[in-house]
Amino acid sequence: MKELASWALNVCNASGVQYAEARVVDERQRALATKNGKIGTASDAESLGIGIRVLADGAWGFAATEDLTQIGVETAAARALEIARASATVKEQDVHLAPEKSYVDDWTSECKVDPFSISIEQNLDLLMKIDAELRAVEGVTLAETNLNFRRYEQWFYNTEGSDIHQLIHQTGAGYAAYSFAGSEIQKRSYPNSFGGQWQNKGYELIEELKLVENARQIAEQAVALHKADQCPEGRFDIILDSSQLGLQIHESVGHPIELDRVLGMEANFAGTSFLTLDKLNHLKYGSDIVNVVADATESHGPGLGTFKYDDEGVPAQCTPIIKDGQFRGYLSSRDTAHMIGLSRSGGTMRAEGWNRVPMIRMTNISILPGEKPLTLEQLIASTDRGIFFKTNRSWSIDDKRYNFQFGTEIGWEIKGGELTRMLKNPSYSGITTEFWNSMDAICSRDQWTLWGTPNCGKGQPQQVMGTGHGASPARFRGVKVGTAYKGAE
Amino acid sequence: MLSKQRTFEIFDRVRKYSKADETELIVSGAKSSLTRFANNTITQNVSEENYVLSVRVNLDGKTARATTNKFDDDSIRRVVESATALAKVQEPDPDLQPVPDRSAFDPTGPVVARTYFETASIDARQRAQGVAQMVNVAKKHNLTTAGTYATSESVEAILNSKGLNAYHTQTSAEASVTMIADDSSGWQKANYPDVRLLDPQRLGEVAAEKALASKHPRELPPGKYTVILEPAAVLDLVGFMFWDWGGQAILDERSFLNNRIGKKLFGENISINDDVYHPLQTGCPFDGEGVRRKRVPLVENGVVKRLVYARSTAEKVRQSEYVDKVGPVEPTGHGFPIPNEIGEMPANIVIASPADKAQTVDQMVASTERGILVTRLWYIREVDPYEKLLTGMTRDGTFLVENGALKHGLLNFRFNQSLIHMLCNVEAMSEAVRASGEESFDMVVPAMKVRDFNFTEVTKF
Repeated sequence: MKELASWALNVCNASGVQYAEARVVDERQRALATKNGKIGTASDAESLGIGIRVLADGAWGFAATEDLTQIGVETAAARALEIARASATVKEQDVHLAPEKSYVDDWTSECKVDPFSISIEQNLDLLMKIDAELRAVEGVTLAETNLNFRRYEQWFYNTEGSDIHQLIHQTGAGYAAYSFAGSEIQKRSYPNSFGGQWQNKGYELIEELKLVENARQIAEQAVALHKADQCPEGRFDIILDSSQLGLQIHESVGHPIELDRVLGMEANFAGTSFLTLDKLNHLKYGSDIVNVVADATESHGPGLGTFKYDDEGVPAQCTPIIKDGQFRGYLSSRDTAHMIGLSRSGGTMRAEGWNRVPMIRMTNISILPGEKPLTLEQLIASTDRGIFFKTNRSWSIDDKRYNFQFGTEIGWEIKGGELTRMLKNPSYSGITTEFWNSMDAICSRDQWTLWGTPNCGKGQPQQVMGTGHGASPARFRGVKVGTAYKGAE
Repeated sequence: MLSKQRTFEIFDRVRKYSKADETELIVSGAKSSLTRFANNTITQNVSEENYVLSVRVNLDGKTARATTNKFDDDSIRRVVESATALAKVQEPDPDLQPVPDRSAFDPTGPVVARTYFETASIDARQRAQGVAQMVNVAKKHNLTTAGTYATSESVEAILNSKGLNAYHTQTSAEASVTMIADDSSGWQKANYPDVRLLDPQRLGEVAAEKALASKHPRELPPGKYTVILEPAAVLDLVGFMFWDWGGQAILDERSFLNNRIGKKLFGENISINDDVYHPLQTGCPFDGEGVRRKRVPLVENGVVKRLVYARSTAEKVRQSEYVDKVGPVEPTGHGFPIPNEIGEMPANIVIASPADKAQTVDQMVASTERGILVTRLWYIREVDPYEKLLTGMTRDGTFLVENGALKHGLLNFRFNQSLIHMLCNVEAMSEAVRASGEESFDMVVPAMKVRDFNFTEVTKF
């Protein structure tokens, strides 16, 4: 791979570029899914190629090719250079790269059991067992299950001397039971919606998730939702389960802290951010117990945002984002760091694959758990009147990440410190900073889960990236509930 | 670009390694380039060439697929072996159809010619010139701008061991632009196979006009308003219902059309076709099995008439309780590559303009006593799958209309709106145009004036 990269970097060096990097990526994926007792998907995919990013005349160019012959790679490098020079014809200022050391390193994410070593029969047998449990419940009209495995190997080289090899295994699994009756489609998912739980782990994740054991209850809840009361409208104290809080962090903290959004670079598509530069160190983002970090280091856990180096060769870091409720940091890159006075990138540049340019992405954006012991049961017991929201069903937020509305698959009313009646179609909405400032309790480390969001879309051409979000259940006071169905008749 | 002859050569190599009962090859890929700009500067500029070959085998009533972007003999052998290994361990699928024969894609059928040399030959410097046109508009009006200018040339081919071969290429040229003022913005986007139809300067001018006209936006309380939705807003909303329009969605009971086919679900003025051959449409004239796409009338005068079907779905529906409840059942050429869980969907939507009653957006504004003009919607998500209740935000050009004229810009709204109700409340439509949005695929749709559109909240900008 080094030879491949040298063909590209030699072309760049010979042309006097300011900087160039080459990433060779070899990727393998397996997707297995069932639907109502039959195989829905059984597919393997692999992809190998090289992406070359060049900084010349103060502007960026990028070209990617699957043609890994010397002529193919050199042609792609020359095209990246030509593109950079074309970019330079429309600019107001030159790109400025924060300095970074060069690294020679080799890293592999922890993987106890290679998921590709597990026989397809064993995987399908597991999915069929789950399927049978789901469809054993009368009223379930559709049962879907999925297993996904990914092996992502990357060789990174740049003109500053870095030579970094990384290998990451990812595993994901989940299922959903649907029930159609009358004029309603209800759904319950496990362990999370939209593909389940994903982490940088091997097959050991599947064994930890207790998929079969939870299937019957999930299916029963999907059917029971038809008879549940509609979620009321009004202001309530609400408790979010950790997976819903993970998505709340993703949408209302993770995206607005992306410095490229803040600087207007995503204004045409993903949008900008309410977190303008004047707010750094001056905004009370949340209540005093809100502490959020962007942590890509291994010590944070096997999240989808864990790596040793980002895709421009910067080591993984832990950046405080919200500290005791105060806004403290953005996600940055080598070409944006100087704009907020940083001497170094925060190490958050990531690319979907060899054919995509690295861009600022979430790593693991996690809320830290409460320091005092507090279980979900104790949190509910300390809530007089409220609603418990579990498992995301819908999510939407404006293009500055201010006004949001979330719906969950299921909810329960809390009365006198106890979960009472089940509620269907629960939703809540609010303004980001008002919401985070209303948080008055968060459960402790033993309730904290590092969730994986495998499908975060950003950029043009759009790139799909996995991000991690650690969270434990938390309570928010006086939140607007039930607006989604207001006036919908 | 991969030629048709080259796809034959690849398939010969695939067949050499395949011992399956039947073998299918899909080859797809593109040369694509995208220039992205923000703050009046090109910030990202990318180009790639990537093709994949995807092999499906049918073996003893079982099927599986494997995909690679490597075209050497070893990789082709490995991908055939992977697909075979995945298929072998399954239980036989009684619904699996044999691959279609060559009659499924009759080459003498309607031709779609959507490849333009002028688009395929655009280079980085020419894309930069297109961007410069939009940036110059921004500078002229003291605005900043962000957007994209993208071109591509793509190929899709399907061949199988029964002799079917289908091959399609097309080009695409697209520009999207947001003009940004201190407290307002405006947006436009367009996409054509022929780059000569793309006018970045004009898109920039319209977006700038919207940004300037919506300066100093004011707050209006949420509630039900008459809205005038520009075509991009219409397509981004209606796009959410077409995933439900296949026979498999009915069998799975996950469609909002369950128990509603043959009924008058929308207003009398709503008629929708799926028509890949429409002159303003793009796309491939065959589906994921190589079956030629048919024109399908989905809605006629508000009545849901027909669904679309992959081959196996059509057979399953024929054997089901739904056979007499869903209109004509036949393969329509809308299936996804097999295996998949979705089945099929229509993706060449044409919403008919009202014959001789079409109004321009300006005429709709002129006939509106009080309402809201919406340029673009954002982050639309489904809240309720059966009522097709959607939520989302307005963005980049939202205006109060009063006494037949645009009055001023508005702070953006959140809506929670049933698509079914919306399509019952359409008071006027423009001529249908080819439109591009960000939440759904391109369509041929009109602008719509809709009464009682349900805004539930207002945001801060």
